[in-house]
Amino acid sequence: MAVFIQTVVAGILMGGIYALIGIGMTLIMGVMKIINLAHGQLMMVAMYITYVLYEYVHLDPYAALLITMPCLFILGAVLQRSLLNPLIKVESILPENQVLMTVGIGMVLTELARMIFHSDYKSVRPPYTSMSLYAGSIAFNLPMVIAFGIAVLLTIGLFLFLLKTDVGKSVRATAQNKEAALLLGVNAERITIFTYGLGAALVAAAGTLLLPIYYLFPDLGGAFTLKAFVITILGGLGSTVGAIVGGVVLGVSESLGATYISMALKDAVGMVIFLLVLIFLPGGLKRLTKI
Amino acid sequence: MKALRWQVAVIVAASLVFPLVIRSDYYQHVLILALMWVVIGSSWNLLAGYTGQVSFGHAIFFGIGAYTAGICATKAGMSAWWGMILGGPMAALIGFVIGWVCFRLRGPYFALATIAVGEIFRLVAVVWRSFTGGMQGILLMQSFRSKLPYYYLALFLALACIYVIHVLMRSKWGYYFIAIREDQDAAESMGVNAFRYKSLSLIVSAFFTGTTGAFYMNYMAFIDPEVVFSLHHISIMAILVGIIGGVGTLWGPPLGAFIMVLLQEMFRSSFFGLAPRWVSELHVLVFGLLVIFVILYMANGIVGDWGKIQRLWSSKAGGGASAAGKGS
Amino acid sequence: MSTPFFESHQLTKDFGGLRAVNELSFHVNEGEIFGLIGPNGSGKTTVFNLINGYYPITSGHIRFQGHTLNGLPTWKICKLGIGRTFQIVKPLRRMTVLENVMTAAFNHTESVARSREKAMEVLDFCGLADRKDESARGLPLGHRKRLEIARALATGPKLLLLDETMAGLTPQEQADGVALIRRIRDSGITVIIVEHIMRVIMSLCDRLLCINYGQRIAEGSPEEVANHPAVIEAYLGKD
Repeated sequence: MAVFIQTVVAGILMGGIYALIGIGMTLIMGVMKIINLAHGQLMMVAMYITYVLYEYVHLDPYAALLITMPCLFILGAVLQRSLLNPLIKVESILPENQVLMTVGIGMVLTELARMIFHSDYKSVRPPYTSMSLYAGSIAFNLPMVIAFGIAVLLTIGLFLFLLKTDVGKSVRATAQNKEAALLLGVNAERITIFTYGLGAALVAAAGTLLLPIYYLFPDLGGAFTLKAFVITILGGLGSTVGAIVGGVVLGVSESLGATYISMALKDAVGMVIFLLVLIFLPGGLKRLTKI
Repeated sequence: MKALRWQVAVIVAASLVFPLVIRSDYYQHVLILALMWVVIGSSWNLLAGYTGQVSFGHAIFFGIGAYTAGICATKAGMSAWWGMILGGPMAALIGFVIGWVCFRLRGPYFALATIAVGEIFRLVAVVWRSFTGGMQGILLMQSFRSKLPYYYLALFLALACIYVIHVLMRSKWGYYFIAIREDQDAAESMGVNAFRYKSLSLIVSAFFTGTTGAFYMNYMAFIDPEVVFSLHHISIMAILVGIIGGVGTLWGPPLGAFIMVLLQEMFRSSFFGLAPRWVSELHVLVFGLLVIFVILYMANGIVGDWGKIQRLWSSKAGGGASAAGKGS
Repeated sequence: MSTPFFESHQLTKDFGGLRAVNELSFHVNEGEIFGLIGPNGSGKTTVFNLINGYYPITSGHIRFQGHTLNGLPTWKICKLGIGRTFQIVKPLRRMTVLENVMTAAFNHTESVARSREKAMEVLDFCGLADRKDESARGLPLGHRKRLEIARALATGPKLLLLDETMAGLTPQEQADGVALIRRIRDSGITVIIVEHIMRVIMSLCDRLLCINYGQRIAEGSPEEVANHPAVIEAYLGKD
């Protein structure tokens, strides 16, 4: 029983990070109506930045959040402005131009990381990473607790931002109905640039929080992009609250899968969940069938 | 496309004669690879360029074909060449099932589903060691020492594939495929059973890709999950071949296949040994940059944007008449 | 009692909590031009979408020539003989006019030659033959609307649903459109037409149905319906 609770707890904690990944992707999907297949790669970039800051400047990863989030925000905004926005005007037979572009971006980011850092696994292990908090016989791995806490804070901050600020409201308006938002004077182009930056910043936070408990290598991006999509689908497309739910569900499922089935198949769990949702929850995914 | 007929004849004739003239194993190998990609790229184009369903998972069909051939040899005691007959139908069947599940998804969501399914197949191939050999893959004896039989087989496959697509696109199927691409709802209102025709497109696409996978097993004599179910090296490569040459055209993917394979070999060999070693690490990076560049500036590929390219070229000579650049 | 050519019985459509069509019953006789009118948002296009199978029906049923249409996919309904145009036209943009119509003409044939023949006939009938090789993308609005009708015609329908085909056209184009619809009816095709332009409705239709909030308000001859107090109130509002 203790093992079960332990597993679930670990899953929920992980779910906090997954939620950040999912929210970022949901925002991007909602506003730009595209799947950002470079999402995981953006996270990877943030993780490498965190790694470099730790190795060479000895900056604590949690402090590095203050650097990686703005950095990725800028990177995201620049990518959106220079590579993705122009595509709206390109007339091509291929309907998924924007998605393909994100694939290209993802490939370039991954390969640049490989060129600079090589393919070996890197990790960041400040001394407190092996510490745990205890509640009874349940151990809470300290970095995961911190990550979860910060993730919750960021999520709350994001919701306040979306609900209370003008920019936040513009983002939601554009996501709900672009034409109407345009008519109301929202500068859709700026909002998409901002949103991509915001999504990147969120996934950067996820990456920075993840680094102390995971390991880093260039191909990480691809794996996490897939996870991001699973999270978003699970929670119902376009819903930020859903992304949180999806993140936690995926975290717990993976954790259960790792403990009770096999470590190696942990990643397969996400894929299978995705397919099951596809097959058995067509109602929940109705949004996907008529864009 | 009448003007093209004699050019096609020349190309076919040249390709028939090629390996008798160029005896180098290496160049024959490169050409065999290119011919394989002609099939895979054209197959992808049938589903994505003509029917508008952008698949990011063509590795599924390639891998199924390859493993069908391999497993014929390792488990069924038959020659792997049986895979050339069985691999296509096997891939087509799986393709049909995938379509049945995933075609309810539109646009980018379909693309994502194909990625997920592709990853599942790769993981299954890795984990189901008793059946597939797991990460160790399948290793066979090559049937022929010389590359000639493989070359002509690949050439036959490529020509057959192009011909079938050509015939299909001029028939009722072709009109229906394009209608689905242009506006699925309008097509349905015109009596087009979109699911049926998307499935037909997928079945043909998967069939040829699977047969090529089986060919690969026989030719390279070694496969493993990372190679044949690879997202980047098969699925995305197929997309690149399609978009560089020109989606929605008949000759775009073949052109794209030759360009991409050439590029790949140029980088792998560090410009045939002329550039420093580390250049060989660059080829995926260059591919990524290529994707970005092509989508931004040449979204219809070389064949699709031929008119635009010609105009750019002759803009100094006073611009003027360019070929209509109409896709075939 | 012979089976009615087309009838809707207690047709209802709910979108979540919103009832867009409310127990709507009406019938259409073979060979007539039947008009469906109502103020904006009254549910006219929704009714078409229900007939066409584009939306699933919540309750009630639709019968056409003895077939019940509930639950049938759109393409099947087309095969049964119902053709439809869209309010916001949907040309197949990268095909030519001829290719657009040929795609529709394949509804009852497998042969490319036969489809081309039928498409040319329809293009002639609609006055689009001289534009057959033009790309659908570049057509002016009037011709795009005509193409939309031609395509629906090429599917060989017995019942044609026309959704606001006159909107945005010049008076001359409208007159041509009216003439075309008359020719269509004279060739033996029954027409249900949704329209806002009163002049067109009054001159074309044999019978009218006026709806509001998805419910029937009045049904009858054009004169009866136009003078019905409830109809006037629906359009002008009560105050």
